[in-house]
Amino acid sequence: MTEDSTQPGAGPDSGSDPQGAAPSGTGGTVHPGPGREGADDLVRLVDHHGVRHPDRHYDALVADVDGAALQKLYEDMVVVRRIDAEATALQRQGELALWPPLLGQEAAQIGSGRALRSDDFVFSSYRENAVAYCRGVDLGDILRVWRGNASSGWDPYTINMATPQVIIGAQTLHATGYAMGIINDGADSVAVTYFGDGATSQGDVNEAMVFAASYQAPVIFFCQNNHWAISEPVGLQAHVPIARRAPGFGIPSVRVDGNDVLACLAVTREALTRARSGGGPTFIEAVTYRMGPHTTADDPTRYRDANELEDWAARDPLARIATLLDSLGLLGADYSDAVKAKADAVAAELREGCLSMPEPAPSDVFRHVYSEPNSWLERQQDHYERYLASFAPAPQEGTR
Amino acid sequence: MSTMTFGRAINAGLRRAMDEDPKVILMGEDIGKLGGVFRITDGLQKDFGAHRVLDSPLAEAAIMGTAVGMAYRGYRPVVEIQFDGFIYPAFDQIVCQVAKLHYRTQGAVRMPITIRVPFGGGIGSPEHHSESPEAYFTHTSGLRVVSVSNPQDAYTMIQQAIRSDDPVLYFEPKRRYHVKGEVDEAVDPASSDMGAAHVVTRGTDVTLVTYGPLVPTARDAAIAASDDGVSIEVIDLRSLAPIDFATVEGSVRRTGRLVVTHEAAQSGGLGAEIAASITERCFDFLEHAPVRVTGFDIPYPYSKLEFHHLPDLDRILDGVDRVLRRPNSLSGPATEGAAL
Repeated sequence: MTEDSTQPGAGPDSGSDPQGAAPSGTGGTVHPGPGREGADDLVRLVDHHGVRHPDRHYDALVADVDGAALQKLYEDMVVVRRIDAEATALQRQGELALWPPLLGQEAAQIGSGRALRSDDFVFSSYRENAVAYCRGVDLGDILRVWRGNASSGWDPYTINMATPQVIIGAQTLHATGYAMGIINDGADSVAVTYFGDGATSQGDVNEAMVFAASYQAPVIFFCQNNHWAISEPVGLQAHVPIARRAPGFGIPSVRVDGNDVLACLAVTREALTRARSGGGPTFIEAVTYRMGPHTTADDPTRYRDANELEDWAARDPLARIATLLDSLGLLGADYSDAVKAKADAVAAELREGCLSMPEPAPSDVFRHVYSEPNSWLERQQDHYERYLASFAPAPQEGTR
Repeated sequence: MSTMTFGRAINAGLRRAMDEDPKVILMGEDIGKLGGVFRITDGLQKDFGAHRVLDSPLAEAAIMGTAVGMAYRGYRPVVEIQFDGFIYPAFDQIVCQVAKLHYRTQGAVRMPITIRVPFGGGIGSPEHHSESPEAYFTHTSGLRVVSVSNPQDAYTMIQQAIRSDDPVLYFEPKRRYHVKGEVDEAVDPASSDMGAAHVVTRGTDVTLVTYGPLVPTARDAAIAASDDGVSIEVIDLRSLAPIDFATVEGSVRRTGRLVVTHEAAQSGGLGAEIAASITERCFDFLEHAPVRVTGFDIPYPYSKLEFHHLPDLDRILDGVDRVLRRPNSLSGPATEGAAL
């Protein structure tokens, strides 16, 4: 593994960690603060040994995070990891067609997700189930898409989170447009868009940054660099740390240890404050790792080294906070039992939500294509309903 | 009632829609200070402000994608695509997002986006400025597609498109922008149906179906044919998705003959859809197979050749002769006394 690097030499064949996100060991990374060029150094407040390092700039942004708040962040991460494991099990048991695990990315999603206000609006990809949890989604709704019962799990306006986007990077433009609307409305909410390292190669993401900068839109680009876009390593997408691109668009950026929930909370809060006060967009690169497959249909052993997984397992986002809590005397049996009970209850609710999901009716296939009547569709639906009716048993004699 | 050009009629319709609904915003390249390359949005930024008439950076996918975000926020964006051939970078956002979000969210999210597209040829432009891409969009469920042929429809239907809660592609025949016509600005957009086809010219022998830039050409063809004793019924579709097949079918049941003409290439185009649908609906009433008179299956040609590509009055009349089994370009030398 390399040390934190400003010269990543990020060719696709240049090693397993081309973006230089290895633990520093010493912690307490010195970084020049916001508005700097480059943004190569990771913001890290809790290192992988569970040691809290003071930070001249970011400490103030998490000054309110006391022991209880830290315990809550840890609980959130345990719960969403459990959601992830339960959903994977449901897929293996044939209850879900597919599942995209977030294993390893809990800190990036909880740290950022817990920074948001309810009137902020999230535009995510399909892996941000921990963010959806933060937004207060009904648990069963997370699974509706993956069970094949709907194309979206929830009404976006109930939790102010768009339904997950499958077209890579497309949602960054939606967030930017939404943020342009926020400006027109004179509001102080913020649009937050989540995407991965692979998405940064898409035109949509780059164009979104152009528009966000041009209109100074209150939008946060939260990039989870999890090192893999299915089988393609991040070095194939970017030859410089991804965060370094944003200043070229006129957007301040920051690179954060995506496995450090406290640091993710801090940098997201800073970006939110900037956006709310008319300071425009921010780009956050959360350097993390997809510890599982791309989806349950994927086999990462075909394209990545087992040693790499081990290296990242040593930087687990949950373990470091558990260690920190323990060192503070906050990981007692009562607390640990309560966290476990909560995770069990959430998993049970998730499973129940999955198994009790109502099945769609055949006629639902035609519903909501348009909001207004459509003569083409009405004719096709009429024909199909008559076709289906043709299979109904003929009435018995004398039963009319 | 006032006389105005086609382009001015769209401008007036946009102005009225913006007056009536503060959520209507315009987005596009050069539409602000310049008023658009065709001046369709002339004066609107000055009167409504730069927050409602946005000069966009030059990225069609982003214009469309940010319009989606604006619609999420409750706005009614009207997007101008500068030229037909520039719409393709936005194709993904139109097809995967604009068209599908209402279905995807089971009706929770509406996409009341109007996409204005100057389309068609005949103005001597270089490549990418004269295309007719409407069939890509009529094939995409979730979209409505209309094309206007006269100043009154241009004025009324732009307002109807903006009022629609579904996304609408609004195809403007750019070579007709300077055509003048009477426009009743007092007309209530809610009093008519954007989806209804209009019979432009009544006739009894042949149904001639078209839309957009070829409607005036078809009308001229009907006049010319009448001198020859042939009565053509011209139908202006106006709505291309969905098509008002009831009106077309009613006409074909009377005439027994169908000719469809459009500038777009033939294969897989709207003419094929119309021919197939009408054949399915009233095969027993047809005296001849439907005939298409269209642009060829070629990239839009350089301008010195464009009038070999675009259907004109004579090619349309040749199609009319074919369905009438009169001597025509495919029948060989004229035969005496060919029956109607």
